Amino acid sequence: MDFNQSADENLFDRARIIGKPHTRVDGALKVTGTAPYAYERHDVAENPLVGYPLGSSIAKGRITRMDATAARSAEGVVAVITALDIDELPRPESNVAKLFGGDIVEHYHQAIAVVIAGTLEQARAATRLIEVEYEETPGEFDLDDAWKRLQDRDVVSHVGDVDAAFERADVTLDEIYHTSSQSHAMMEPHATIADWCDGKNLTLWTSNQMIEWSRQGLATIFEMDPEHIRLESPYIGGGFGGKLWVRADAVLAALGSRETGRPVKVALPRPFIFNNATHRSGTVQRLRIAANKDGRITAFDHSAISHTLPGGSGEDAVNQTRCFYAGENRRVAHHAIDMNLPESADMRAPGEATGLAVLEIAMDEMAEKLGMDPVEFRILNDTQVNPEEPEKRYSDRHFVECLQKGAEVFGWSERNKTPGSRREGQWLIGQGMAGAYRGAPTLDSGARVHLQNGRLIVETDMTDIGTGSYTIIAQTAAETMGLEMSDVDVRLGNSAYPSASGSGGQMGAASSTAGVYAACVALQGEIEKRLGIESARFENGRVVAAGTDLALGEVANGEEIVGEDTLHFGDFKDELEIGTFAAHFVEVAVHAYTGETRLRRTLSVCDAGRILNPITARSQVLGGMTMATGAALTESLNIDTARGFFPNHDLAGYEIAVHADIPDQEVIFLDTQDGASAPLKAKGVGELGICGGAAAIANAMYNATGIRLRDYPMTLDRMLDRLPGA
Amino acid sequence: MKAFSYERIDDAAQAAARAFEVPGSKFIAGGTNLLDLMKHEIEVPAHLIDINGTGLDDIVETDEGGLRIGALVSNTALGADERIRRDYPVLSRALFSGASSQLRNKASTGGNLLQRTRCPYFYDPAMPCNKREPGAGCAALDDGADTRQLGVIGTSDHCIATHPSDMAVALRVLDAEVETISPEGQTRRLTLDEFYPLPGDTPEVESALEPGEIITGVVLPAPVGGRQRYYKVRDRASYAFALVSVALVETDDGKGRVALGGVAPKPWRRDDADAELGNGAQAVMAKLLDGARPTEENAYKLTLAERTLAALLAKE
Repeated sequence: MDFNQSADENLFDRARIIGKPHTRVDGALKVTGTAPYAYERHDVAENPLVGYPLGSSIAKGRITRMDATAARSAEGVVAVITALDIDELPRPESNVAKLFGGDIVEHYHQAIAVVIAGTLEQARAATRLIEVEYEETPGEFDLDDAWKRLQDRDVVSHVGDVDAAFERADVTLDEIYHTSSQSHAMMEPHATIADWCDGKNLTLWTSNQMIEWSRQGLATIFEMDPEHIRLESPYIGGGFGGKLWVRADAVLAALGSRETGRPVKVALPRPFIFNNATHRSGTVQRLRIAANKDGRITAFDHSAISHTLPGGSGEDAVNQTRCFYAGENRRVAHHAIDMNLPESADMRAPGEATGLAVLEIAMDEMAEKLGMDPVEFRILNDTQVNPEEPEKRYSDRHFVECLQKGAEVFGWSERNKTPGSRREGQWLIGQGMAGAYRGAPTLDSGARVHLQNGRLIVETDMTDIGTGSYTIIAQTAAETMGLEMSDVDVRLGNSAYPSASGSGGQMGAASSTAGVYAACVALQGEIEKRLGIESARFENGRVVAAGTDLALGEVANGEEIVGEDTLHFGDFKDELEIGTFAAHFVEVAVHAYTGETRLRRTLSVCDAGRILNPITARSQVLGGMTMATGAALTESLNIDTARGFFPNHDLAGYEIAVHADIPDQEVIFLDTQDGASAPLKAKGVGELGICGGAAAIANAMYNATGIRLRDYPMTLDRMLDRLPGA
Repeated sequence: MKAFSYERIDDAAQAAARAFEVPGSKFIAGGTNLLDLMKHEIEVPAHLIDINGTGLDDIVETDEGGLRIGALVSNTALGADERIRRDYPVLSRALFSGASSQLRNKASTGGNLLQRTRCPYFYDPAMPCNKREPGAGCAALDDGADTRQLGVIGTSDHCIATHPSDMAVALRVLDAEVETISPEGQTRRLTLDEFYPLPGDTPEVESALEPGEIITGVVLPAPVGGRQRYYKVRDRASYAFALVSVALVETDDGKGRVALGGVAPKPWRRDDADAELGNGAQAVMAKLLDGARPTEENAYKLTLAERTLAALLAKE
């Protein structure tokens, strides 16, 4: 099916099942611990061997000698594969660091060996018996040094005359900001069971957000026909972008299975999540804003750097500055600096999360300089077109309504406007807000549906990383076919199924449901053909047309009927800006003596098109705000600039928000629909919640203390000397 | 995890004797720290002696009007004990500010005293650490190291790790004593100050326990009264080790005692600092943190300690 123009009124406007608060169809499996995650697939691979990886203990250099003799003869060990045993494996385009093989070390904890043994304990113990000698070479690990050295930054785009605008402006801002490197720190580590026993057909039960990308990636790595590779990833314990591509667990498990002729399972040990897998790069950003004294912005000048291994793209923090607010002149530049830290790559709202963490502080600072309310300042500078290309209009943008609704519900007008002047006992109380923008891309998505005795089975390689894909896909299918939720079974995350968007870039909800819709329409066509009817209606579990009124279970005497299709998103979308918008409002308490900062309440008002399921969508925004809380207050992959790695590589040292950090959170969805996005008029919300959230907290802290922090995470040591105490 | 042998011994003196006899022995009670360290092969005991059957899980009143806390009393049971909450509230507060409820249910009093540092370099077997491997060097002392959490006082040129316990900070301020039994069956009592040595050039030595010697309990003197507080400062609201913690006992005459956690290789207290309590937080810290040697990254702990005490002393 082609989606070549904005959707008009269609069956989803009935909203019989779509848009309703259905609880997760996989909820019972999750809360009873019976959803089978990759490492626990004992049903498909009985008695697998266990692999345990060894990581490099240097950041850069080469391995000069490895001796695995003792490991090979250790109890329970079946095989040891070292990096020197095989040539460097080819890298898929999306992987920057190599995953295994050869003597070169590109980063700390790069996998250099895997021990395959009968038990986890045996494999882990034997890794310690492998002797490794290195020739270490100096590396680059300090982003601030790079910032100081860097003179010419890549200009991504320059519209108007920024320098002239700054000269003319009544009010200007020019500040430097830092964001820390961050880890996905998902609960389930990367894990795979691989069966390559025959050396020909490779099957992986794994934890991966993008089935087809990963199948193609594995085909590149192992130089084999993708037709011989099968991936299953039906349940995923969090990904956040860390599982978009093939990682070392899949490669080492596959190599181990080929070597031993038995299924092998490998989970990355927790420290590997931080230094072996990918992370979000820290940034240094300079942001300049110019405005007339009436508050209208005349120019933005935003430049940023981030780190990457050579060949990668880093964290592009400037992109949203090109289109979020009005202003005739703007210049943005991002420079990805080659450094020798582990691989930086996508993490939830890559670019926007760190870019808005800074832009939205700068907007708060600018509002203050102008003597304006920060909500009013944003409303004044709203735009309904992409300011860089004014002919490109926003398909459906209700950012102003988000701001107004949020201000009203939060009680913004009651807030204390003098920073540092509201105190309750030893706590300074402050309120802040920020805007949020995240693009709403879509990807072509396919699905196959089977009608079997009145039950509908949906198959697509779309994944559910905890987001609720199972549920919204069941809703889509039930809505389209006129069935009930209980009539639909959804099967996901299997490379044997038609390829969909996967989970990434908040594309999944709008894209994958569109594919399921297309497949259901194809099925309807098959049913019509079978019955020799036209223009049938599908409602109440029946197919109804002139002269026909039949229960779906009775079509073709219950014989299976299959529909399959892919929804192709048309080029017309390129003529539009399609995005999601939000306004976050936050109240914090900052201890006047110690600087401890604790959230008191948060409110997020979101404009993200049709909300397919308010329960699962709400969870996404809550999770985004929770992750933004970590980014604002605690999360930092600290860099040892002498040795070139992240030393706080466990969940004690890398502090994500815990329950006690999260107070009352409220989410309001505006009742909007965006027909340009997809047939269901939906957009994504998976990344919107993390966008701008950190800045809302930063701005609330400023309101509480009068101390402006521009470096994340905003830990107490950054302001201790300036706090009032008594 | 290296293979190890395991046995249960239900008598403390026999356990001590057995530990002395078998090289590479370790006692295990709750195992909340030891098992983690064994998985990383930071601890590689050849033999584990499970002491959970020794019956050291009572809290009984002493003739001196204090309490004897058995070494196996869980952190949860100790913190919730009515007598502790009434007469030693600083201890109860310290216990409940630590770890998680699951960990506190398993963690024992003796094990809490013996938990090992959370220095990230100690926890990474690929990094040089004098505690883990005497003479290997210390990655935390190199320029560019991540030292924000590490110690500012009592440290040495060989180690700047802190002791992570909250409970021990409260015990120190309460003048508690550690009671032990030796492989020969001799008992002795050590103050917390005696129990914890400073690292010097032997940071691998973390207690005064002799080979085989086992902690049987902790003895609290008679209640000291006063206003008792434990303020643990950390980046997130729960489930984190202290950046700085302050245990305070303040009596009506303006006198009292102060101990610090999160700053040193042991719970940190000085008599001459206690004597300054009537003169405010700055005066106390001038004594208590005299001789501090912070890194650039953790110098904030000096300010934080003073401000945290000031918050406790403030009448608001």
